[in-house]
Amino acid sequence: MIAMAARTSTRWRFRQPSVIPGFGLALGVTLAWLTIIVLVPLSGLLWRSSSLGWSKFAELALDERTVNALTISFGTAFIAAVVNLVFGVLLAWVLVRYRFPGKRVIDAMVDLPFALPTAVAGIALTTLYAPNGWIGSLLAPLGIKVAFTPAGIVVALIFVGLPFVVRTVQPIMEEIDKEVEEAAATLGATRFQTISRVLLPGLLPAGLTGFALAFARGVGEYGSVIFIAGNLPYVSEIAPLLIVIRLEEFNYPAATAIAGVMLLLSFLMLLVINVIQAWSRRRYGYGA
Amino acid sequence: MEVRVQNIRKEFARFPALDNVSLDIPSGELIALLGPSGSGKTTLLRLVAGLESPTGGTIFFGDDDASKKTVQERNIGFVFQHYALFRHMTVLDNVAFGLKVRTAKRRPPAAEIRRRALDLLDLVQLSGLEKRYPAQLSGGQRQRVALARAMAVEPNVLLLDEPFGALDAQVRKELRRWLREIHDRTGHTTIFVTHDQEEALELADRVVVMSKGTIEQVGSPDEIYDHPVSPFVYGFIGQSNCLDVTLANGEIWLEDRPIGLRAANEPDGPATLYFRPHDVELIDGCGGCLAGLVTASRRVAGTRHLELELGRTHPRVEIELPPERAAFADHTRIAFRPTRWKLFQKGERRITAREEVVVPELEATGT
Repeated sequence: MIAMAARTSTRWRFRQPSVIPGFGLALGVTLAWLTIIVLVPLSGLLWRSSSLGWSKFAELALDERTVNALTISFGTAFIAAVVNLVFGVLLAWVLVRYRFPGKRVIDAMVDLPFALPTAVAGIALTTLYAPNGWIGSLLAPLGIKVAFTPAGIVVALIFVGLPFVVRTVQPIMEEIDKEVEEAAATLGATRFQTISRVLLPGLLPAGLTGFALAFARGVGEYGSVIFIAGNLPYVSEIAPLLIVIRLEEFNYPAATAIAGVMLLLSFLMLLVINVIQAWSRRRYGYGA
Repeated sequence: MEVRVQNIRKEFARFPALDNVSLDIPSGELIALLGPSGSGKTTLLRLVAGLESPTGGTIFFGDDDASKKTVQERNIGFVFQHYALFRHMTVLDNVAFGLKVRTAKRRPPAAEIRRRALDLLDLVQLSGLEKRYPAQLSGGQRQRVALARAMAVEPNVLLLDEPFGALDAQVRKELRRWLREIHDRTGHTTIFVTHDQEEALELADRVVVMSKGTIEQVGSPDEIYDHPVSPFVYGFIGQSNCLDVTLANGEIWLEDRPIGLRAANEPDGPATLYFRPHDVELIDGCGGCLAGLVTASRRVAGTRHLELELGRTHPRVEIELPPERAAFADHTRIAFRPTRWKLFQKGERRITAREEVVVPELEATGT
């Protein structure tokens, strides 16, 4: 408690050396690495976009096709991340709390979307959801079209984003003491109240992290989406695809402009999510 | 509220954790379940709470059969060893939780809930900390929040599972005294589980000593300490020495010598003699006594602890004497005799044994 108070009240400073030496070296290597891998490519992108000039950049970024592509990219990624948050938490719960035959297999299967080439996933999903596919043929009579529509994009993004939520929530869930649930029950809380008032709020920070990761992955996803999306301009064309199209047309300014906008939007959204996370982590204590 | 446990049996995967246990707890009593780990004390507490369901038997709260009710319906307060506070809620919200989750019909108005929670925080001496989160409190403070939270629902019975087990010695002592005060003031029927005999003897009106899924003895702290009814209780509560002896013609023999204690109405045969280190007297000249070599001598506060070797085949015996009477060098031979002791016949798990208090007749045969 005292340590916590001290941490917030003192001025910012380098962390004091601990028993493990090499702070300077570790920090130096980390910064150099980050610079080479992340910062240089990103600043190159920013430099290219800024060299366009503001009016040119705005014109390219506000082009109707670009705006539509960005809306579709961020919109579908958001919906997919929300769906993943709900079902990912549920799946993690089942994996943490219940014992059933085949549990290890299911646990391992959760990671498949990480490992599977995304193109393979895209083709498989398209085959299933196409109007003549297994699932698509069931949905077609109901008038629901999934493949070759934005709904198809959402399906693909749910697939690739699922492990992010499960794998971030799972360890925190394992940390929750069963006694906390028992305490709620002894105080008269129903099962629903225990879940909604006791368990879920505690999982909020981890859930948000998983959501952010799934969302970020969804925004940048390319391989699986292009097969199932149908890629109709203005309807189901995602921003990363549009960048590739512009590049193939040797229209580098347009490509950089779209990329710049994506970078900016992604950074802003992740920043907001991180702030919420830091706040809730400070408050709720899990994983702090 | 009065709690009656009748013939409770609980098996975990065919292994009996509790075997036909019955216990009556009058309203307002503070009772301790004491035993080593695996004795079934926590299982019994959780059965009363409704966190486990019995394999057989019934539990009554007053005249109601509570064993048919769920945890939620039993209206109990339960305090866990590791607090089990809701860490995303402030201290105030933690305490108010039990009232807030009630159905709209039974829920007091928000202002009333707040007032009651604040009153309870006042009772547990945490006024002013209601806006803190559990992570910002010390262990002792957290356990007090847990107690306030349990009391907020005005429970039929308050159940505490090793409530001070995770705290350091100093805080534990302080909270112990404070819990007694709270109990005297609020008068909730309270059952608490502990493996710390000092805690049980100091705090409880009555102590239930448990071992291997059964109740060994129920009684006031004095009864438990002064009149243990079984070898287990004798060995578990306080310090004790035990010696393998033989009984012949009403006299107790250690190996080939009588030790000057008589147990007239007991059948002959091997038995075990129990006595406490402080219930001994030194005697001069040994005609029927225990005698041994001093192997170690330690001064502990107001008494001196002597470790004696009675013979190669016997375990060492420890006795406590006033320091001025026991300034012996190592390897001196001293003679003593238990003033209070108890004999348990071999082979039987629990017997009513004879107890002798003071003044054994000296049969001075001279050596």
